Amino acid sequence: MTEMTISSGEAVLFWILAPLMVMGALGLLFARRTVHIAVAVAGVMVGLAVMYIANEATFLGVAQVVVYTGAVMMLFVFVIMLIGVDSTESLKETLTGQRWLAALAGVGLLVLMGAITTRAALPAPVGLAEANADTNAVGVARILFSDFIFPFELTGALLITAAVGALSLTHRVRLGAKFGQKEMAAAKLKAYGAGASSTLITNRPNPGVYARHNSADMPAVDAAGEPVEASITTVLRIRGQESNLPSAEELADAGRPYGQGEEPAAVPGAADERKELEQ
Amino acid sequence: MSIDLAAILIVAVPLASAGVLLLLGRRSDGWGHWLGVLASAASAVMAFVILFGLLGRGAEDRAVDVHLFSWIPAGELDVDAGFLVDPLSATFLLLITFVGTLIHVYAVAYMEHDDDRRRFFAYLNLFIAAMLILVLADSFALLFVGWEGVGLASYLLIGFWNQRTEYAVAAKKAFVMNRVGDMGLIIAMGAMFASIGSVDFETVFAAAPELSEGWATAIGIALLIGACGKSAQFPLQAWLGDAMAGPTPVSALIHAATMVTAGVYLVVRSGAIFEASPTAQLLVVIVGAITLVFGAIVGCAKDDIKKALAASTMSQIGYMMLAAGLGPIGYAFAIFHLLTHGFFKAGMFLGAGSVMHGMNDEVNMRGFGGLSRFMKVTWITFGLGWLAIIGFPGLSGFWSKDKIIEAAFVGEGWQPWVFGMVALLAAGLTAFYMSRLFFMTFHGKARWNDGKNEAPGPEQHPHESPLLMTVPMIVLAVGSLGLGAFLAFGDRFFHWLEPVTGHAEHHDPVIPIPVIMGATVVLMLIGVLLAWRQYWASSVPLMPPTGSVLTRAARRDLYQDSVNEAVFARPGTHTVRTLTYADTAVVDGAVNGLGAGAVGLGERLRKLQNGHVRSYSAAMSVGVVLVLVIVLVARI
Amino acid sequence: MSILNYLVLSGILFAIGGTAVLVRRNAIVAFMGVELMLNAANLTLVTFARMHGDLTGQVIAFFVMVVAAAEVVIGLAIIVSIFRTRGSASLDDASLLKS
Repeated sequence: MTEMTISSGEAVLFWILAPLMVMGALGLLFARRTVHIAVAVAGVMVGLAVMYIANEATFLGVAQVVVYTGAVMMLFVFVIMLIGVDSTESLKETLTGQRWLAALAGVGLLVLMGAITTRAALPAPVGLAEANADTNAVGVARILFSDFIFPFELTGALLITAAVGALSLTHRVRLGAKFGQKEMAAAKLKAYGAGASSTLITNRPNPGVYARHNSADMPAVDAAGEPVEASITTVLRIRGQESNLPSAEELADAGRPYGQGEEPAAVPGAADERKELEQ
Repeated sequence: MSIDLAAILIVAVPLASAGVLLLLGRRSDGWGHWLGVLASAASAVMAFVILFGLLGRGAEDRAVDVHLFSWIPAGELDVDAGFLVDPLSATFLLLITFVGTLIHVYAVAYMEHDDDRRRFFAYLNLFIAAMLILVLADSFALLFVGWEGVGLASYLLIGFWNQRTEYAVAAKKAFVMNRVGDMGLIIAMGAMFASIGSVDFETVFAAAPELSEGWATAIGIALLIGACGKSAQFPLQAWLGDAMAGPTPVSALIHAATMVTAGVYLVVRSGAIFEASPTAQLLVVIVGAITLVFGAIVGCAKDDIKKALAASTMSQIGYMMLAAGLGPIGYAFAIFHLLTHGFFKAGMFLGAGSVMHGMNDEVNMRGFGGLSRFMKVTWITFGLGWLAIIGFPGLSGFWSKDKIIEAAFVGEGWQPWVFGMVALLAAGLTAFYMSRLFFMTFHGKARWNDGKNEAPGPEQHPHESPLLMTVPMIVLAVGSLGLGAFLAFGDRFFHWLEPVTGHAEHHDPVIPIPVIMGATVVLMLIGVLLAWRQYWASSVPLMPPTGSVLTRAARRDLYQDSVNEAVFARPGTHTVRTLTYADTAVVDGAVNGLGAGAVGLGERLRKLQNGHVRSYSAAMSVGVVLVLVIVLVARI
Repeated sequence: MSILNYLVLSGILFAIGGTAVLVRRNAIVAFMGVELMLNAANLTLVTFARMHGDLTGQVIAFFVMVVAAAEVVIGLAIIVSIFRTRGSASLDDASLLKS
């Protein structure tokens, strides 16, 4: 086998990509918002895909983009949306000594693995030119479908099991009667009869509908001309980005008067109320 | 029918019957006792088949070895289960099955009102089978099986009425004391295997003469301990008196006629070993002599008719032991006395049972008296037994006991004088206490409440027992009367046993035979006269008088239980207490301390389990780093 | 440039991923740390495959990828499930198994 050489182009690629990837990875440690982290990690994944291709693993590089960046990281983002993008995590440590331990473990791993890889007596790199003679995908396939056919079949079983497991884990058993449109209407009228606001009877408008601005931080106005507090997304409230409702005078100035007597202020408990209704 | 088949059937039939009766349980209550009798009778028939089979052979051919199966093939120890049919075992077969069958018949009537009669017969059959294995075995190992079997049957039967605590305790006492003797037998077998390498009779007895005296003495003493346990000989005699707790047929069969004589059988059978060790032989004689006097003294003081008979049994077996210890000249006499004793003592026990039957299970002789008028058959049969045991000239006991006394006087030095005089004096004692028993029961004034006199207790209506009970008594009485003369005539019994016991040269006793015979008869008459004067001619007090020191001691079995308690039980209890304390404090302490330590450690360590998955993963990561460090350091 | 640089890079990524698992309390972030560690290992496999001229390393990396995909599905399902019942995705809140 002949010794391979690493082209300077590859070196340039590495030295550009590697710092970017490390910075993206460091986002895992220091970024506060989960979404930012997810995007940073996705970037690292793409970087890795490029490195795979540089390392003569074309098939894996493509698979990396498809599987990780395309599926796994998007799944992460999806779950983040599901759980709530707004849930920023405080970086204050609660376990005593955890930071120190983590630092010790991280630095220790780094130093030791660095020491091992640099001090190890490794053979001269051979390169995959020979193995990739019939393209990389064919080469991988040859090994995958001969020596590793049985593990390959097993992975099929594993994936099916994972799918079924995910289904059963997220499955929710309906404990009460189905709460359909009819029941919802009855419940709304009942609440109204008990003295709740009349806005509850009608359908909820989408955020910003009938509002003065076409903006999510403005409460919608119902058919009676009253503002619907619940139409403001919780995200805005948590971020403190909702603005106060304009006063009646301002509205009147704007030529879009509200109904009389309503205190046009954001209700702090609105988010809770909405959650209760959903549940 | 061949002897082989008969030897197998004689054991198998009662064993099968016992199995059927025990397994069928209450379903066989209606007919179980008759099956028991039938099985025993079948065994008796087999015994006669064997007897005639042997008689049909020449004297030298009268030993048939019946190989059953290879039993313990364990390396050097290779024991085959097999039966040895020879004149000695055939004699026992006849005694066991014949007397056994009579007692079975008797028990059908005696146990009629007992709910568990079927179980009783199952145990009786079990006993017969075990006893037959004991005497038929051709090795010490198989003998031991029978030995344990009769011990078990004896235990079950003594405690037959185990709803009464003292009976259950008596059964346990008998079992435990027998166990001590069994230990001796086991040690003897171990010693045989160590010195000879085998436990079957043929090899052992062939090698016995070449055995060093040390081994022979050791084996002999161990065998003697075994014999003492089973035969209630000094110092393991304490259980026999309490064993009378069992139903009377049991006392007659097991604790008079057969099982308790197994020790004598063992000594006679192992004659070759004892002959190789004069020390062991002398010990046998001493044990026999002590028990002989011991039993006689106790018998003089007991008021319980069955316990008095038990003491007498002990004493008579002492005679047999004494004879068996004398060597070849005594073996035949020992077996002869064993045989006649089996008849007359069983007869007397059955008679005692009959008296109890007629007197509402009363056993205190001071509450009897004058019963001869009410129980003619019992009186006559018991009387024949009485005459036989005291050695009245012409009856069975006379022929056998007189021979033993003569043999005791044979020898040199001090031994014949001591043992001879002991045997002679004990004959007088025997006459006294048996006459006392007989007179107190059947003669003198009635001391029970007949509705007219002033005797205390419930009103009694003594009556003769039914035919099923009297017929066995009559048969046994006939045996008491004529068996001795029949067998002694022309020394035919001794010639019959000669192939086993060996030919004994005739020796002259230190005193001329006519003098011995005369002295025996005179002493016997004196004993009877004394008893007559005290227990027939004069009135017997209902409450026992205080009596001399010896009398009081004899009433308490010469303090045998107190001695056992003080010498064996109490130190054992103390040892056990000490060990228990050591176990609690040291062993348990260590174990519990270990447990407490583990708990304490866990109590500390569980703080690490804080439930935070990040802590766990931190521990894991740091661990990985440490492992890497260790690996690297080791490499460098 | 030496091919060892890839290995060093992979080590750095692995250490960062591991530290993230230890430090971050948000279950999703910690989970992403795990994914990063897996990918770092994959990079090692691919690099060694190239070094030895043997495609088996790439095949193993492929298997790691598949298994990681399955693991992500289950892991996220668990996180969602916990979030639904306990209203929190914090790892510190899921500490009910302590003694």
